Amino acid sequence: MRISYYPGCTLKTKSKNLEDSALASMAALGVELVELQRWNCCGTVYSLADDDLVHHLAPLRNLIRAKEEGNSKVVTLCAFCYNTLQRANLLVRNDPEKRKTINSFMDEEEDYEGEVEVVHLLQVLRDDVGWEKLYEQIKLPLKGLKLAPYYGCTLLRPEEAAIDHVEQPTILLELLQTLGAEVVDFPAAAKCCGSYQIVSNPEFVVDCASNILSSALRCGAEVLVTSCPLCDFNLSQMQGELAHRDSEFREMPILYFTQLLALSLGLGPEACRFDLNYIDPRPLLKSKGLLNEKHVTAAKG
Amino acid sequence: MSGSDSEKQTKGATEGKVEEKAAVEVVEKMIPVYIMGKRYEVPEGLTIMKAMEYAGFKFIRGCGCRGGICGACATVYRKPGDYHLYVGLACQTVVEPNMYLAQIPFYPANRASYNFDELKPEPEEIFKLYPEVFRCVACNTCTKVCPMNVEVMDVIAAIKRGDIAKAAALSFDCIQCGLCASRCMGELPQYHIAQLARRLYGSKIAPRAEHLSDAVTAIEEGKFNKMLQELMRLGIEDLKILYQARELEPEMTGEDWQPADKSHLVE
Amino acid sequence: MITISSKKRRSEFAEKLKEIGGESMSLCYQCGQCSATCPMSFAMDIPPRQIIHLVQLGLEQEIATSKTMWVCASCFECSARCPRGVDIAKIMEVLRLMTLRKSIDHVKLSDIPQDRLAELPQIALVSCLRKLTA
Repeated sequence: MRISYYPGCTLKTKSKNLEDSALASMAALGVELVELQRWNCCGTVYSLADDDLVHHLAPLRNLIRAKEEGNSKVVTLCAFCYNTLQRANLLVRNDPEKRKTINSFMDEEEDYEGEVEVVHLLQVLRDDVGWEKLYEQIKLPLKGLKLAPYYGCTLLRPEEAAIDHVEQPTILLELLQTLGAEVVDFPAAAKCCGSYQIVSNPEFVVDCASNILSSALRCGAEVLVTSCPLCDFNLSQMQGELAHRDSEFREMPILYFTQLLALSLGLGPEACRFDLNYIDPRPLLKSKGLLNEKHVTAAKG
Repeated sequence: MSGSDSEKQTKGATEGKVEEKAAVEVVEKMIPVYIMGKRYEVPEGLTIMKAMEYAGFKFIRGCGCRGGICGACATVYRKPGDYHLYVGLACQTVVEPNMYLAQIPFYPANRASYNFDELKPEPEEIFKLYPEVFRCVACNTCTKVCPMNVEVMDVIAAIKRGDIAKAAALSFDCIQCGLCASRCMGELPQYHIAQLARRLYGSKIAPRAEHLSDAVTAIEEGKFNKMLQELMRLGIEDLKILYQARELEPEMTGEDWQPADKSHLVE
Repeated sequence: MITISSKKRRSEFAEKLKEIGGESMSLCYQCGQCSATCPMSFAMDIPPRQIIHLVQLGLEQEIATSKTMWVCASCFECSARCPRGVDIAKIMEVLRLMTLRKSIDHVKLSDIPQDRLAELPQIALVSCLRKLTA
């Protein structure tokens, strides 16, 4: 199976671990993620004003690229990119007036009417691979690892773009259970990490991070699982400050779901690119016996 | 450069042509163009730059190489009944009837100050010096207005995702005219940003040409001194004989062709 | 002292707001769900519910001096939870745009130190500039 893949800017630099672990694990599952030959930054956020059309050009251009390359579907890993591409796609599908104006402005591009479907990798795992088939491929079940599935905002809101139930999502729970881990649900699983305020008001992001991380810790989680480079950055960066404020605060590694997927498929720690995580998860994983040489060679054998 | 002169000149030119017609059979067709908002009749077939000079304008400073590479003569123009904004270099673009011309000699664009030697070959260096690169909204207006057909939006997209090599390759033809910056919604100075990418790539990322440095070392070690001294001792007739008798590399040959006399090759 | 009048309710500010996306504000019945669920409300001088009320009354000045819309993180919890379908997140964006479109930046790039620019992932810088600069 080949699916067209849109990476997003951050995945090529600071969040290369998300991309590398995704490409490796999907390849092991027989799914080739084929990067779009030409793409631009999606814009990160979806423009909300009714009279603003120019900010929709960036995400739509990428969907036109997917269309030009003959694809009916494009998959993203970054939750922010997913949300922006999806909502722009829905706008073009549902608003003929705006669609016409946008197409007429982009006179150097072919017309686009929402022909391409935008999906997130979690949906591909659930719908195109399937949990049962995935379960059969697991070489190293993540036994003993307590994972807190963190959705953040952009995978679930607004409802029209949600990949799962807005209030009671289960997609990450299903994935992580398939990987053999113990999943710890916690109330702040869809609470905002502070988003772009990390640039303008980082002092407020400390409180957002505190809320999310302490909630996860109290429920017994050891690792927070995410799909968004901004959540990863915010929640990792703030832990130093939180430890400083609260002597009982315990550091919690943040991992991308694809890193755990790659690990459980037996691809070894190099494929997971743990070297790029802000908080090194390897000591914890080692203590759980998930980084033993024995497991790695057995998996590859 | 006054308007009243140009009318006289145009009239004079037409009169001159009537005389010339007897001597030369070629009839020059005159077409109208608009320069600085005023209508002038200029001979068909001239470049915009020549047409402006024909109309009486004089370029006295910074008008460039006249060879399509310095970027000084970037011109924006419109055609009647067409909403599209056209661009071209005045020294290269031939006039068309009713072109409505405007010169953009200079556009203010932020040029960051840096000590190049201290920069690391990493995208973060570009992000630090030109953080406005993140204001790009991919509207593609820059690409549309580039007279050299550089895909400017793609250059910025490559930089945003940290691909300095790609940005350098895509912006190779840039002549720093500044039209992209003049139209940019996000107020980016694309041509300055691209130049930094090219400098970083060429100086710090591109692989070194080893055969070149080997050749320089051989020269510095004096490998060719004796041969050169021998040649310098010869008279002109002997040089001519040697020159005629030299071994030439055949036209269609593979990369591993070697001359019979290998004494002057760099190993 | 705040003056409430029909003149303010139908002011140019109120009209423009409705035109570019604020029309759902008339559905609000002040239940307070948005304020309760907002993760940034602790940092806001005027909580979301009150902002919507000010918007309904067309009180431009009181809104303009508030920090609320600049502290908003566009997380959409408010809009998702609103029982009446008021798009509070969209209204916050429209309020930001009323200032930003006058070419008034809320964040200045030149204020961000260079090593911070190198440290922040692109996703953070792009989204911040989109939401908080003109």
